[in-house]
Amino acid sequence: MIFEVFRQERRGQAFAHAGSIAAPDAEFAEAWAREQYGRRQESEALWVVPREAIREVHDFPDELNKTYHRVDGYSLKAKLKEARERAGTAAP
Amino acid sequence: MSERAQRLLELADDELILGWRDSEWTGIAPSLEEDVAFSSIAQNEIGHARALYELAARDLGTTADALAFDRSPDEYRSAPLVELRRLDWARTIARHWLYETADELRLAELKSSDDAEVAGLAAKMDREEVYHRMHAQMWAGRLRGEERFESAVEELWPYALGVLAPEQRAALAKRVGRDEVEAVERGTHSDELRELWEEMTMVRRSVPGATW
Repeated sequence: MIFEVFRQERRGQAFAHAGSIAAPDAEFAEAWAREQYGRRQESEALWVVPREAIREVHDFPDELNKTYHRVDGYSLKAKLKEARERAGTAAP
Repeated sequence: MSERAQRLLELADDELILGWRDSEWTGIAPSLEEDVAFSSIAQNEIGHARALYELAARDLGTTADALAFDRSPDEYRSAPLVELRRLDWARTIARHWLYETADELRLAELKSSDDAEVAGLAAKMDREEVYHRMHAQMWAGRLRGEERFESAVEELWPYALGVLAPEQRAALAKRVGRDEVEAVERGTHSDELRELWEEMTMVRRSVPGATW
């Protein structure tokens, strides 16, 4: 079985993917993850997750180019410039 | 030599020699993950040896390095169990499991010692040994019932008894579920220890008195 390991570097931080481990069961995965990702005190905590438990989601179609869904759909630079001109203030 | 120093040396020698033997799996363990885990356990054992040698060295007016590397093979107090040359994986796990089970009993006794230094160090070591035991039990559970593992336990059982003082052996027998037999006692060494010693002390002997 493949287990994905997520590592929290400091208390309160988000867990980030650290790598994966091939192990016969969860017990082995835990023991091996502990040594692989914790023996140098580099982790506050680990999540050891069977890969099957992870639902991978991908492919996000945007056939009609709905840029208003995206941050880059709003160019603030031009709008800011117009607003400043209207207000008669210069760029800082 | 005081009884305390003697006890500390027995323990330290066990941990050092087992650490060396376990490290012989580095690079060739059954899987990459196990390679990292077992090498890390080996390093922990050597770390425990260092702490124990430091305590003993203060009593004996010497240094941890001198105790670890400057004695002759015959002066080591290690149990024959830890000296055996690299075994196959089933026998390695049998030794690991037997040793950790014995070590748990030994550390439990030391933790309740009147000697605060010894009790404190035993408690520190035990916090790491918890994970060694988990690792050993996990593997022993996986290999139990396999012929190679069972015959290795059978073969190493008299050696395992020799790790402990006679009064602790009944508890080990109970925990392992075997009858007490005649133990392979400390104090005699095989040629395998001498070979290991040659390798282990080679660099230090190459430039006597050097500061590394």
